[in-house]
Amino acid sequence: MKNLLILGAGTAGTMMANKMRKTLSREEWNITIVDQFKTHYYQPGFLFIPFGIYTRKDVIKPKNDFFPIGVNVIYSKIEKIEPEKNHVLLDDGVVLSYDYLLIATGTRTAPEETPGLKDKLWHKEIFDFYTIEGAVALADFFKTWQGGELVVNIAELPYKCPVAPLEFVFFADAFFTERGLRDKVKITYVTPLPGAFTKPRATKMLGELLKTKNINIIPDFNIAEVNNDEKKIIDFGGKEVKFDCLVSIPTNLGSKVIERSGMGDDMSFVPTDKHTLQSRDYKNIFVIGDAANLPTSKAGSVAHFASEILEENLMCAIEGRPYTASFDGHANCYIETGYCKGTLIDFNYDTEPLPGMFPFPGVGPFGLLKVTRTNHYGKLLFRWIYWHILLKGKEMPIDSEMQMAGKKL
Amino acid sequence: MTTKTIANLSVEVTDEGYLKDVSAWNKEIAIAIAKEEGIELTDKHFEVIEFIRNKVAAGEGLTIRGIGKSGVVDAKTFYQLFPGAPLKKATKIAGVSKPVSCI
Repeated sequence: MKNLLILGAGTAGTMMANKMRKTLSREEWNITIVDQFKTHYYQPGFLFIPFGIYTRKDVIKPKNDFFPIGVNVIYSKIEKIEPEKNHVLLDDGVVLSYDYLLIATGTRTAPEETPGLKDKLWHKEIFDFYTIEGAVALADFFKTWQGGELVVNIAELPYKCPVAPLEFVFFADAFFTERGLRDKVKITYVTPLPGAFTKPRATKMLGELLKTKNINIIPDFNIAEVNNDEKKIIDFGGKEVKFDCLVSIPTNLGSKVIERSGMGDDMSFVPTDKHTLQSRDYKNIFVIGDAANLPTSKAGSVAHFASEILEENLMCAIEGRPYTASFDGHANCYIETGYCKGTLIDFNYDTEPLPGMFPFPGVGPFGLLKVTRTNHYGKLLFRWIYWHILLKGKEMPIDSEMQMAGKKL
Repeated sequence: MTTKTIANLSVEVTDEGYLKDVSAWNKEIAIAIAKEEGIELTDKHFEVIEFIRNKVAAGEGLTIRGIGKSGVVDAKTFYQLFPGAPLKKATKIAGVSKPVSCI
């Protein structure tokens, strides 16, 4: 028997386990997936928790619900990958050997990278919302907060789900307006980027949206430290921003196992061919999702589109054929803008987000770079799709390759 | 794309003033671009510039974190050398293309 080993049972790893169990012969291939945690989090739902729209129970399910029959599941910490030996060492001394390895170990927030961030105000007046603990603590804080300076800061690029901090400030604007507190809450968006987003049209559209909602933006801010006593963030150039409540998107780093194995770049992301998804250093290792150093968004949609490419290319590798699939960096993000409305962006390595209709040209029903009610319901519906279709590796009615039809140049 | 005369040499630059051709760069060009950015180059600047050019030549990506941990400068000094937007200014002066922020 041959062994396919998958490290990480988050969105990407779980999808791949489902896809590969259908594709690979059960007589010839064992599939094993390893993860240290038994709970699967619907991470797009974390954003909704601080505003009381979702609670913890809305975003968790047991990981066991999503693995197909015929996949060995091991709940254990991973100590080290030894790519030269085709081995993975687990925490308890177990050694797993593989013929092919899929790395899907994701990214983690590392607040300890910024001096003063995870200090005495952590989860008291300084929060993150990329962990369930942070999101729940912030929900409790907002319940009784009477207003002040609300500062949302992105520590460093790249970070997971690049639109989430924008959605956060849009939600905050609506949340405090509905509570009659908006005139007491000053919202400031502090980012290392030169504007609201990276690409010109989306930056313009989202920048204008911030303006209409009376949200200040401070661009080109690279945080150096947090001063807990004077409640301010300071950047490397000496710029200071005061806060009463700081919501931080901490530095994102790859998994520690990547660092321990000496397989990562300076942020512990694995160097990966951006089209084939093969590791740049090892022929029998492929990388999917946030763990890879691909120049595209770290997001579930990207992992989903990449999973179709990876399934095909992995079969090419196994059968000794040249690669037939090429990943284009496709990302698709629903952006909540508050008041039951949302916008949508669809882009890849080469094409910036453009206006138009999605997924059906001229018909939609979703509007690209437009604020509509349908987009918001698309996002809400997505939670159901995530649990029931996406994780299980079933077909979705959206092409993995980005389409130009329906877009306006 | 436009052609621009920098330090008495005619070079092709992007709309944002980045050199199109890495090999067209020399120290005089660096000094001239730096002047436009309001920076007077010191030996320390050139150490950073050399590090950036080597990284790019090796096909590796550039990040403020990477430069800050390179041993050449720490992040704070990097900001002091190239105030405001250090990575953008340093790459422009080093004659390499503008780093893309991919999110």
